[in-house]
Formats: sequence, C-alpha cells, structure tokens
Amino acid sequence: MNENYAVPAVALVVVATVLVGAFGLRISRTTSDFYVASRTVGPRLNAAAISGEYLSAASFLGIAGLVLVQGPDMLWYPVGYTAGYLVLLLFVAAPLRRSGAYTLPDFAEARLASPAVRRLAGAFVVGVGWLYLLPQLQGAGLTLTVLTGAPGWLGAVIVAVVVSATVAAGGMRSITFVQAFQYWLKLTALLVPALFLVLAWQGDGAPRHAFDEPAAFREQRVVRVDDSLDLKLDRPLRVTVSGTVDGRRHEEERLDLPAGTHRIERGTRLTFTKGDPVPVADRGSNGGMSTSLAAGREERPLYATYGLILATFLGTMGLPHVVVRFYTSPHGVAARRTTVVVLGLIGAFYLLPPLYGALGRLYAPDLTLTGDADAAVLLLPDRMIGGLGGDLLGALVAGGAFAAFLSTASGLTMAVAGVLTQDVLPSRGVRHFRLGTVLALAVPLAASVLVGGLPVADAVGLAFAVSASSFCPLLVLGIWWRRLTPPGAATGMLVGGGSALVAVAATMAGFTGDGTLHALLAWPALWSVPLGFLTMVLVSLATPGKVPPETSAILARFHLPEQLAGGQVRGAAKEIEARAGSWRKVRTRGNG
Amino acid sequence: MPQDPTERRVVVTGVPRRTRRTSGYYRPRTEIDEQTTLGHTYVRSLMRSQLRAGLGVFAVLVLLVGPLPLVFAAMPDSAGLEWAVLGFGIYPPLVLLARWHVRRAERNERDFARLVEDR
Repeated sequence: MNENYAVPAVALVVVATVLVGAFGLRISRTTSDFYVASRTVGPRLNAAAISGEYLSAASFLGIAGLVLVQGPDMLWYPVGYTAGYLVLLLFVAAPLRRSGAYTLPDFAEARLASPAVRRLAGAFVVGVGWLYLLPQLQGAGLTLTVLTGAPGWLGAVIVAVVVSATVAAGGMRSITFVQAFQYWLKLTALLVPALFLVLAWQGDGAPRHAFDEPAAFREQRVVRVDDSLDLKLDRPLRVTVSGTVDGRRHEEERLDLPAGTHRIERGTRLTFTKGDPVPVADRGSNGGMSTSLAAGREERPLYATYGLILATFLGTMGLPHVVVRFYTSPHGVAARRTTVVVLGLIGAFYLLPPLYGALGRLYAPDLTLTGDADAAVLLLPDRMIGGLGGDLLGALVAGGAFAAFLSTASGLTMAVAGVLTQDVLPSRGVRHFRLGTVLALAVPLAASVLVGGLPVADAVGLAFAVSASSFCPLLVLGIWWRRLTPPGAATGMLVGGGSALVAVAATMAGFTGDGTLHALLAWPALWSVPLGFLTMVLVSLATPGKVPPETSAILARFHLPEQLAGGQVRGAAKEIEARAGSWRKVRTRGNG
Repeated sequence: MPQDPTERRVVVTGVPRRTRRTSGYYRPRTEIDEQTTLGHTYVRSLMRSQLRAGLGVFAVLVLLVGPLPLVFAAMPDSAGLEWAVLGFGIYPPLVLLARWHVRRAERNERDFARLVEDR
C-alpha cells in the first residue's frame, strides 16, 4: 500500500470531521442544545447519524476479515447488527423517546425512582462503553500500522484527540452533523472501490470458487509468517519453506507436510503453488479483529451461532451510544420512523463488507496465515487493481476506515461522558461535561496502550453479550411490565450482565480449557439473557411492596402519543423539559 | 372527574387550546390526565395493542431467522445458499417487517386518539 495517498486521505477525514464539528459548535448554545440537539433533528438526518455512529471498526474492517478467515458463518454478525434495530423498534424505540431521559441511567431513574438503580445502570453504561471504545482505538492503531508502519499507539492517540476535541467543543449537535457525514463517507469509501473491484473480478473471468471450502490459492504466493503459529492440515501439503517448521530449519526446500498440526516459527516464508488449499492457522488470540472466539465456534458451531444471534439481536438496544441517539428525535413517532430508515441504511452498508470478504478469499487468502485478515479491506484495491488506481482506491478505503473509528468513538465518548458528568463529577454543566469527555477517553486509551493485545472481536462480543443480559431486560420489562421493582431491576442487571461479564472474562483469560464448558462461557448470551430476565421477574414478584407509586403515570407517559399526554401524565419532568415547565404548570392548573 | 356538565364546560372554555377541536374529546383525556381507574384502563388497552403488534412482528422474525442455522447445518453443501441468504436476501424482509410494524403501531395510536377524542 502506498502511504503517499493513504496518509493525506486519513488527514482529510480528520480535518473534515473537525470542520463539520465546528460548524455545529456555532449552533450549540444551551445545555439542552449541547446534549440532545434540542430534539430538533429530523428522521433522515438522525437516521444517517445513528447509522454513521453504529458502523464501527468491527463493521468496516472486522466483518470482511472474519468472513475471509472463517467463511460465510460469520455473515451472522452483520445480520445480527442489523436485526438488533428491528427488535429495538418493536419494543423500545417510541417509549424510550417518550420517557424523556438522556441516557440509560436517566431511564432507569425515571422508571423506577431509585438512585441506586440509576448508579448501577451508569456503571454498566461506562463499562460497556469502555469495552466498545477499546477496539475502536486499537483498530485505528492497526490501520495506521498497516498503512504507514507507524507504531500501534499513534492511531489510537490521534482518534482520541480528535474525538475529545469535537465532542467537548460541540456536544451532540455537532456530533449529529458529524455522524451523518460519516455514514455517507463510509458508504462511499466501501461502495466506490467495491464497484472497481467487481469490474476487476469480472475482467478476471469472474472466478467463483470463493464459496468453496476451504479457500484455495489462485496463483503462486509467498507468505511470510509474522507470528509463530500452528498450522492445521486436513490433507498432506507440498510447500516450499525458508525458515523453521516443526523445529527444523529449511532453506528453500520443498517439503511434504503430512496431515496434522505443524509448528511454524516466526519469520518463516512459505511458498504455495496455484490450487493449494489455504491451511487453517490456529494461533489463539493474537490481537486481530478476526481471531475472535473461533475455537468455541468450532466445538459447538450451532450453539455458538445461536449465542451470537441472541447477543446481537437483543444487545443492540442496550448499547449506550445507540440509545442516546433516540433522545434527539422530536417525538415517539419520529423515533420509530427513524429506526426504519436506520434499518435500510445499515442493511445497504452491510451488503458491502461480505463482498470484500468473498473477494479476499479469492485474491488474498494468505492473509489468514499472516494474521492481518482485518487489513483485507485496506489491501484488496492494491492486490486486485494495483497501480495509481489501486493506490487512490486504497486511500479512499483508509479514509473510510478512519471515519468509522472517529464516529463510533465519538458516539461512545458522548454516552460515557454524559454518565460521568451527571453521576460521578460533582456538578453538571458544560464545563464538567468537557472534563467528563477527557475522562471517558483517557481510560480506554490507557488500556489500549498498556494492555494492547486484547482480541478486538472478543471485546465487541462481550459488550453485546453484557448489554443483552443487563439492559435488554431492564428496557423491555421497564417499558412493558407494571410490576417491575427497583430491587428486581438491580439484581437482574447484576446477575444477568455480571454473569455474562464474568463468563467472557474467564474465556479471554483462558481459564476454561476446552469442551462444553468453554463453549458455554465463550457464548454466554444463550443462558445469561434468560437468567437476567428471570432474575428480574422473580425478584420483582418477591418484592411487590416496592413497586414505585408513580408507575402508572410513568407508563402512560411512555406509551401515550405526545399530543394526548398532558398534565400530570407528562410530569416527572427532567432537565430537558424544564424550559417548558412554566407552560405546563399553567396547563395543568387549567385542567385541574 | 366533575359530574356536573356545566362545571366541565366552564373548564373547557377556560383552557386556551387553540390548536385542537374544542368539543367532544375532553372527558377521556381528563380521565387519563388525572389518572383515574378509567384513565388507566385506556392506557392499558393501548399498551396491550402495541405489545401485541410488537410480539407479532417478533414472532415472524423468530420464525424467519430461527430455523436458518439448522437449515444450513443440515444441508450438505450450504455455503452458496448461506452467502445468498445472509449476505443479501435477509435484509429486505427485515426492512419490510420494520415498515409493517411502524404502520401497525401508528394505526394503533390513531385508533386510540380517535377513541379518546371522539367520545
């Protein structure tokens, strides 16, 4: 990849983000402008903003890499990311908007009138947000490393600085513009190169064996193994080796490797000939986005698939950066319509990454061995087209990738900073929000620089599983079930979300070994979501005296169309509605 | 709820709501605003119809998506079908389901508004 084009492209995206953010800054005046854009954002702009915010590094780079390495089973990821919005629409979208709260903790407090539940929800928001920020920063580092050879922390620092500047300066209003801009940028950055890649593929005689299992080399290719790995061969393989295999050194020797597992040391060069099947590398967790909890999938593929489906379908509604966007819709009906547009926009985008994955299986199958599968999207234009055209298209993709990191990171930062400002820092207000922004980014940045090798897909999967087992029960039961009590909600979130957190943490730390236990813990959603729901329901039923007295009025406010909800039903005003307070008081008195 | 119609009429004319029709819709809305038992019943009926709409579409989604992994696992050569369905074919039904639900939910709200206002 030619960095002469990619670096200016990335710089252009960064500058454009700052400029569009500054444009919003001039409009952002009051506190309520700052947080939720005064709720004047129309469905189309808001939908583009939600989509722009949602399509993260995992979507832009990770899905193509996963498909390239593990085949079409991984297409469940984009399907789940999209269908999550359908579930959100069915049960949450309009009532959540009508609840009139900024954040998930606001929702918890408004519904249950309990500061304790509010603090617990806040802790989960910060935890999930930090987990989700970590892969964005690491993905930025990976991209910059692939493009320029820069050290891994540099990309993370750039993203952190740009995001804290735009968020702290302009708040949500500017973020709405920035995010909407980022969606179209990301779509263009994948769509235009994809058109050229498909043309190149057709000019190549439209080979179709991408769908074959396993992928095969199309031409003689030299693969340099950067990290030691275990190669699993189903069949004997004849390969030319320079380096160390199974502890023996070879220099440009043709080797016949029998079926089984072979140890390839780092720095070894393997030359494959045309038609060779691409062997499967078993390297455990190497910090790439595509390694994931692959072992769990191989042991219990069906169980793992259903676990993935449940986590993504139900986890989307609880992601802090997704939820906060629904407060910017002007009313519940607009929130619903916005969600439909989001489904269309996200679905359109997700047609593209699998295409890159399929082409990657054809033209860059060696990436599975070098551990750079996440870079497939970045490298394909160069591999398939080459020359100046390939460089320019590669630069476009690189710019889009950076847009992905910036937009998701700013949305998450916004959500985490909101919680920190309202619940942790001593006083509210714009200045403390800026302090909260810096705090929200400092922790994951420090973690990504210090810890480094946390597998990215694991972190994202963990965020979804935790969100599905804690916030999904809270939102669904909170909106539809009158008998939910504060103790029930708190224990449900703790048991469901906590157990999911512990399970995936144990898997990542490698405590679980192999077999059934490993599969159960690596894909916790299938048992932790029902556990969360069940705990919440049972504890609520056991504490019937604790049902908040205002429940009926609050549920009426959640569900009544805005033009019907007047007087006391609308009460329980939050900060955002304070401006309308005097007006409402007059009206309530008139009605009474 | 005031039992005396004269008193109620005084309140109606006393509240400046220029954007709305002033006759015929008042009573159930007051029930809801003042959180009487009857008002709660109105809200419950709306919640129930909205929940039914949501669960209906959710059931279709489960029936649509639920069996897919089993089908892929059972078929001997499913890779091509998997690419076609998961890579492309599943997205239009998702959007259509969403549009269907929005229409139902908005119709429920309109019906409810008519019930509450046209009495």
